[in-house]
Amino acid sequence: MQNAVKNPVYRRRLLAHRIGITLSVCAMGIGLAFLAWILWTLLYNGLGGLSATLFTADTPAPGTPGGGLRNAIIGSVMMVGLSTLVSTPIGILAGIYLAEYGDNNKFAQVTRFVTDIMLSAPSIVIGLFVYAIYVANVQHFSGYAGTIALSLIAIPVVVRTTDNMLKLVPNSLLEAAYALGAPHWKVALTVRLRAVKAGVVTGVLLAIARVTGETAPLLFTALNNQFFSADMNAPLANLPVVIYTYAMSPYDDWRSLAWAGALLVTATVLLLNILSRTLFSQKTPR
Amino acid sequence: MSAHPSATLNELPAKAVADPDLEARQYAALHKTMRNQRMQDFFFHKITLLFAASVLVVLIGIIISLAIGAAPAFKEFGAGFVTRVEWDPVNDQFGAMIAIYGTLATSIIALAVAFPISFGIALFLTEICPVWLRRPLGTAVELLAGVPSIIYGMWGLFVFAPLFAEYVQPALKETIGQLPIVGVIFQGPTMGIGIMTAGLILAIMIIPFIASVMRDVFEIVPTVLKESAYGLGCTRWEVVRKVVLPYTRTGVVGGVMLGLGRALGETMAVTFVIGNAHSLSASLFSPGNSISSTLANEFAEAASALHSSSLFALALILFGITFIVLSAAKLMLMGMSRNEGTK
Repeated sequence: MQNAVKNPVYRRRLLAHRIGITLSVCAMGIGLAFLAWILWTLLYNGLGGLSATLFTADTPAPGTPGGGLRNAIIGSVMMVGLSTLVSTPIGILAGIYLAEYGDNNKFAQVTRFVTDIMLSAPSIVIGLFVYAIYVANVQHFSGYAGTIALSLIAIPVVVRTTDNMLKLVPNSLLEAAYALGAPHWKVALTVRLRAVKAGVVTGVLLAIARVTGETAPLLFTALNNQFFSADMNAPLANLPVVIYTYAMSPYDDWRSLAWAGALLVTATVLLLNILSRTLFSQKTPR
Repeated sequence: MSAHPSATLNELPAKAVADPDLEARQYAALHKTMRNQRMQDFFFHKITLLFAASVLVVLIGIIISLAIGAAPAFKEFGAGFVTRVEWDPVNDQFGAMIAIYGTLATSIIALAVAFPISFGIALFLTEICPVWLRRPLGTAVELLAGVPSIIYGMWGLFVFAPLFAEYVQPALKETIGQLPIVGVIFQGPTMGIGIMTAGLILAIMIIPFIASVMRDVFEIVPTVLKESAYGLGCTRWEVVRKVVLPYTRTGVVGGVMLGLGRALGETMAVTFVIGNAHSLSASLFSPGNSISSTLANEFAEAASALHSSSLFALALILFGITFIVLSAAKLMLMGMSRNEGTK
């Protein structure tokens, strides 16, 4: 051992090893530090703004103290809820197609590829697309337009997870169902899909988490509304855009509302993420 | 899997035992059930196909609608739109260069910073970390990926930028900024917001994406390969450098490209901190504009038809660039997983 340590070649290798490992540990530290820093900033600035009025009062006029985010929270819940209702069946059926008919099928392979790209496509471009096909034609911003944009973002997430989850189902289970004489659609829906129910729910939760924080596609679709409105066919207040406008504003009251909203959105998104993770690890047969 | 003989005999009339043409009726019932099921399967196939096709239709729709929106701008300025530096809504003069430069500069800074850090994180998670810590730390990194981008933007504007302006920028200006030629990059106003800050915020944002892809590709390296290297007396670092990395090269590049695709299209994190100024400057400290931040700031207020058409043209360019980058990333990662079984 003594000889080995004195050997210059060995010492050089050991040095390289130590430097490499140290840097790697540092990188991990940096990553975690930023996560902690961001979460701490959110808690520090956002907790002060959390109060009952946040949920009972509407967004205030410029310079007016007080106020809350009620209209924005309700608007966001309406749009995210409706887009979940739209994107879940579409995403699941498309995912079933890819899993059931996707092997050795050019069309399915292209669709799978495109879905993967749409997963990371710039969300602002999707907002622009909805503006061009819907908002420009009906001549006004609306909650429906926002819902369409959010659905377009959510669908690829659901498709991809459904497809991946269905592939986990063992073939023997499907063969058993076929052997009993069940038709293809029955096997697909009541055997294969049911076996990975938890996994598919995970995908839906991830999609909800993804669209909850989306701001860019709502800028030219749902726009914003300072007052309370439950009319989906009119500009609709929503948390991300309110956070964006209020954070960029010069008023301190608005900024603290923005921080409170930011804390709310992040907490929701992270909870959904954690929830989907625990759900997946508990219920899915591996 | 598609067509298969199937029928349920239970559905046949049970009391028809004495019937002379029992067999014929059984056959007819069987035939009917099978025909129904074939029909149901046919519709099931077509309906799911329809929904799967909708994803493709959306993609094609995006390209067509952006192209239609962008047509007037390209008609007015020609293909030179891409390289024009002007962006003057008052006089209706538009060009994409400033925004393209901003998008590329911020993304390249982000990638340069994020790549080594994500590599370190992936390495730590797969090779160094004790097993019991792997899951919680991996989850923490993935949570960082889940934080909405607008939060990164707010944090960047209110927390990061002031600190960056006060401590880091003056220091950079004093040191690297004094060098000839390269120095000009680190000159300019030290006000915290600008191309460089936007790039750094983007880096923090894409680190978790790149790190988790890298971790996934590192994990597919066969243990036998690594153990052979350890058996020859390699240090852990040498195993990573000479076994893991060469084996996963395409996957690593794919992960980096995936991060690049995210960075190029990111809107909110950039819009908060890039400064939103239509100017081109050699200094990375000076404010600029990216394609997505230009869209976010100006689209709702675009007054003239040419202005909004130019914004559509920017969006088309952005979509084109990200499409190419993401496709390349995807192809590389696909090649990676295909080789998984053969090596």
